[in-house]
Amino acid sequence: MNKVLALAGVVFKELYRRKDFYVLFFLTAVLTLLLASVNLFNDQRVVRYLKEVCLLLIWVSALVIAVVTTARQLPAERESRTIFPLLAKPVTRGQVLAGKFLGCWGATGLALVVFYAFFAVVSGTREGHWALGATFQALWLQWAMLAVVIAMALLGSLLLSAPSANSTICFILVGGILLVGGHLNTVALQQPEPLSSLIYALYFAIPHLEIFDVRDLLIHDQPLVGWGNCLLATLYAAVYTATFLLMAWWVFRRKPLSA
Amino acid sequence: MDAILKTENLRVEYRTQDSNGVKVAVRDLSLSVRSGEVFGFLGPNGAGKTTTMNVLLGFVSPTAGAAYLFGVDVRKPIARQRIGYLPELTYYYKFLTAEELLRFYARVFGLPRAETERRIDRLLKLVELEPARKRLIKTYSKGMQQRVGLAQALINDPDLLILDEPTSGLDPLGRMKVREIIQRLKQEGKTVFFSSHELGEVETVCDRVAIIHQGELKVEGRVDDLVRTHQTNLEQVFLRIIGYQPQSVP
Repeated sequence: MNKVLALAGVVFKELYRRKDFYVLFFLTAVLTLLLASVNLFNDQRVVRYLKEVCLLLIWVSALVIAVVTTARQLPAERESRTIFPLLAKPVTRGQVLAGKFLGCWGATGLALVVFYAFFAVVSGTREGHWALGATFQALWLQWAMLAVVIAMALLGSLLLSAPSANSTICFILVGGILLVGGHLNTVALQQPEPLSSLIYALYFAIPHLEIFDVRDLLIHDQPLVGWGNCLLATLYAAVYTATFLLMAWWVFRRKPLSA
Repeated sequence: MDAILKTENLRVEYRTQDSNGVKVAVRDLSLSVRSGEVFGFLGPNGAGKTTTMNVLLGFVSPTAGAAYLFGVDVRKPIARQRIGYLPELTYYYKFLTAEELLRFYARVFGLPRAETERRIDRLLKLVELEPARKRLIKTYSKGMQQRVGLAQALINDPDLLILDEPTSGLDPLGRMKVREIIQRLKQEGKTVFFSSHELGEVETVCDRVAIIHQGELKVEGRVDDLVRTHQTNLEQVFLRIIGYQPQSVP
């Protein structure tokens, strides 16, 4: 485990020494604070729009941090050739993957904590009450969803050598799942066979990332999702994460490396 | 004396994209390196040196034959516990400092914290990077990068060092420093297995050499024996063995 943590530590250091996170946080903060300073027609409901915009920015920023950081990990190791002294040490490829995953997921989690702390302060000061339970739940579920995305991006980085191609495909897949993934069953009903069965198969095979999106509950001050459901969603994410990581490990262990 | 590094009838084939489909990079290579030796692994470009090293380090699986480090099959990660490896031209994590890089590799080996700090101090002094230890690696020159690479290869106090063209791309001063470090390691009783195109350097530091050409072992022996038998320097011996014919200039 010490080897995995050492590898994760390098990813952490990379994230906080690069500018990506600071730029995205600065943009989110500036846009949210600009919106917060505007008072439209003395309408108190405007705070909901503020929360919506802020959460959307958090979702986009966290997704960018997760995908971009993960997609470059293994290609950068190969390009700079650091993969060779690393694998020449008593480290297995499985440990390298686990370390990269843990580092990217942990670093993204840390970024999420900063983003949500900012969100809690902005919404709390504007609304006069602090929805800490709901904020924590939204953070947790988003973090669980990002575990699936990070594992997917790691697998992609072994199949596609260019980080940009991998990132683009990941953004399209995640965006597609979030927007239409939950409606594929309805679409399947309207299609003739065998297309209908194919779309159904796709509906059951893809990770339904949209179930982790509880932004609306937070925006409209709805009651929390039950903690049991939250646990089930976490397990669901864990199964997909493990599946993608196993596939990545299978690809990585068969990949010849030439120094 | 037991062999620390050993290959037995090693054969490595690669798939190619042409109609033949297969290229033999290494053919029936049997080598053995004994404890305390500085062993030079020589050959022209494309001879199969790096492929052999890739097998020894577990990056590539052999098509046939076997390779062992300290008697352990190289496919097992534990075989790499007592080795240090310096690859050719590596750009280490540029967002880390030299001491952070060494601390990371020490953690991979599971070294205790106090021992890690002691080794980092000693190694940075050895490779003369003490004044730059807190600077990010991205600010290092090529020679400094190579020396930090040498320090990472030594962090576990290895019994066997595998160096792939350790002086490649360095200026004469950088080469001399690396050569001095190899000689100092030899005095400490370490075994060094290295590939190089600098035959003068090989002649100075190596006890034994192996010359391979087109994947086949052409000769293996003590440097002074080879020089005495052929009555010329190592460079000429090397050229003769690989069949180089000088062409007259019209």
